[in-house]
Amino acid sequence: MIEFRDFSLTYPTGSRPALQKIDFIVPRGQICAVVGADGAGKSTLAGVISGVVPHMTGGETTGWARIGSRMLAETPASELVGEVALVMQNPFNQLSGARFSLREEIAFGLENLGVDRAEMVRRVEQVMADLRLTALADLSPYEMSGGQQQLLAIGSALVMRPAVMVLDEPTSQLDAVGAGVVFDALETLRTQGVTVILFEHRMERPARCVDRVLVLDEGRIAADGQPDDVLTDPRLADWGVAPLRYTTAARQAVERGLWEADRPLPVTLEAAAEGFDAALKGARTAGGL
Amino acid sequence: MVLHIDSLVHRYPNGMTALAGVSLTVKAGERVAVVGPNGAGKSTLARHLIGIARPTSGRVEVNGRDAAGLGIADLARSVGFVFQNPDAQLHAATVAKEVGFGPRNLGFPADRRTALTEWALRVTGLTGEADSHPRHLSFGGRKRVALASVLAMDTPIIVLDEPTTGQDHRSVTLLEELLRGLHSQGKTIIAITHDTDFCAENFDRVVVLAEGRVQWDGPVEHWLEGAVDPPVSAFEQPQITRLGQRLGWPTPVVTVDGFLDRLTDHASSAD
Ligand SMILES: Nc1ncnc2c1ncn2[C@@H]1O[C@H](COP(=O)(O)OP(=O)(O)OP(=O)(O)O)[C@@H](O)[C@H]1O
Ligand SMILES: Nc1ncnc2c1ncn2[C@@H]1O[C@H](COP(=O)(O)OP(=O)(O)OP(=O)(O)O)[C@@H](O)[C@H]1O
Ligand SMILES: [Mg+2]
Ligand SMILES: [Mg+2]
Repeated sequence: MIEFRDFSLTYPTGSRPALQKIDFIVPRGQICAVVGADGAGKSTLAGVISGVVPHMTGGETTGWARIGSRMLAETPASELVGEVALVMQNPFNQLSGARFSLREEIAFGLENLGVDRAEMVRRVEQVMADLRLTALADLSPYEMSGGQQQLLAIGSALVMRPAVMVLDEPTSQLDAVGAGVVFDALETLRTQGVTVILFEHRMERPARCVDRVLVLDEGRIAADGQPDDVLTDPRLADWGVAPLRYTTAARQAVERGLWEADRPLPVTLEAAAEGFDAALKGARTAGGL
Repeated sequence: MVLHIDSLVHRYPNGMTALAGVSLTVKAGERVAVVGPNGAGKSTLARHLIGIARPTSGRVEVNGRDAAGLGIADLARSVGFVFQNPDAQLHAATVAKEVGFGPRNLGFPADRRTALTEWALRVTGLTGEADSHPRHLSFGGRKRVALASVLAMDTPIIVLDEPTTGQDHRSVTLLEELLRGLHSQGKTIIAITHDTDFCAENFDRVVVLAEGRVQWDGPVEHWLEGAVDPPVSAFEQPQITRLGQRLGWPTPVVTVDGFLDRLTDHASSAD
């Protein structure tokens, strides 16, 4: 379980807190998305959960935050290895710099944990296969494309089998195939009871696979609820989050009488298609009378 | 013809052939989206346009001149390139200095420099951050600083590598407005992107690169109609296009407005 209570954080150079009086609880095994504008505090929150902020960045905190029984203010990232894994927004900044090949880079964290060699090899090969990275195994991490590096960063986190997985825009540089592979991996994490905090700008894929959406706005929690509710909230765009095209289309269709006013606005392709089909049938019946 | 690429091959020192004979011509004022799977060679291709990669074989011409005979500083007058990774591009201690660096380096007179810097900060929503340290901005903010520093160089050709990654709704809207403005000034815009909605709504021509070759090149509408096998470009169609397909509409819709118009037609036509 992750719990934040009245938690605020101000960076040494910050004029205002990057996080302000944050309160929330994420139960074990929940998949929670966090959205919000540029600078809303998403990466800061990701860093706090994984022990990077303020330990490596500096900053004053008030209130408290914990993972299980560990207080995050007293637990730097090094002590959370194996428990929490972070995939950073810029995968390039995550490379260890210590390893020569993608395979070794993925193994790096396990080596540090002292995991048995045979077990290590098995896990690394499995993760590379899951993420379709096997063909790149012998390449240097510095000789890879942006998307390949992002998949590598995800692989380095998955291989640790953490209890909590923190993903900061993990598919921002991936093609449709790569993004699909990553969202499949999320489904696997769900069956394993892993807690996932997913920071995102683009909500189409997450809309169908997360249990909950939190909105950060200037360091505060502006909304917290089910994807269907939060992602159709009329304030979404003001919070810096692009509404899905389906939702926008349905909202505007209501005015033309082409979306039933009492039908919830859609956040998935299926729900949108069903609603518009119904509206078209309704219109034709009405027209035929 | 501002860009003419002929049989371009790029082999990295480790033996990887990233470009296996790319030929491509871009006319002044075009808006071209370059799409394709991870590792297709898109960023490698872009690096040739600013001279930080050099052909293994083949030829790159910028404004009618062979890029091989031009230094990086010469090319910088013609082509601005916003890197995929903004952190590879930011060095100065303040946002204003970062953005002012390019026009200073190009030797622009002081008044033009100031005007360009102020404009670039404004159109990227960074005026309020002029004195901030670039490294203290969020990722989205850093990406906008990288964009502003390229805009301030006022090049006729602008190449953007994944411009929408890490950008929120407001920043994408600003970017789209900016691209329309640049287009009306006659600038040539090339964007590498995985963002289909952005691609469909802001570009006229699509070039699909895969395995180091141009697999397809044509108008965005044809691409949306499914001229290219989606697996080849590893691309999903735009949300609204897929919705139209689900409803069984034979020709693709691209924008929400287009969708609503089509919906209204279908509702009023007798079945
Ligand atoms: N290391 C740092 N030092 C000082 N200020 C910082 C630092 N990192 C972030 N900030 C500031 O904290 C605020 C929140 O930044 P953060 O990176 O958490 O935003 P974000 O929501 O992740 O944005 P984006 O969507 O652009 O990634 C911003 O005002 C930013 O400028
Ligand atoms: N510095 C390098 N040394 C060796 N090989 C490289 C280097 N950079 C990229 N490559 C390889 O060249 C190929 C093309 O890479 P490039 O970065 O151009 O792809 P891309 O199309 O931009 O991909 P992405 O969408 O992931 O950014 C890839 O297979 C990659 O592994
Ligand atoms: Mg961030
Ligand atoms: Mg690239």
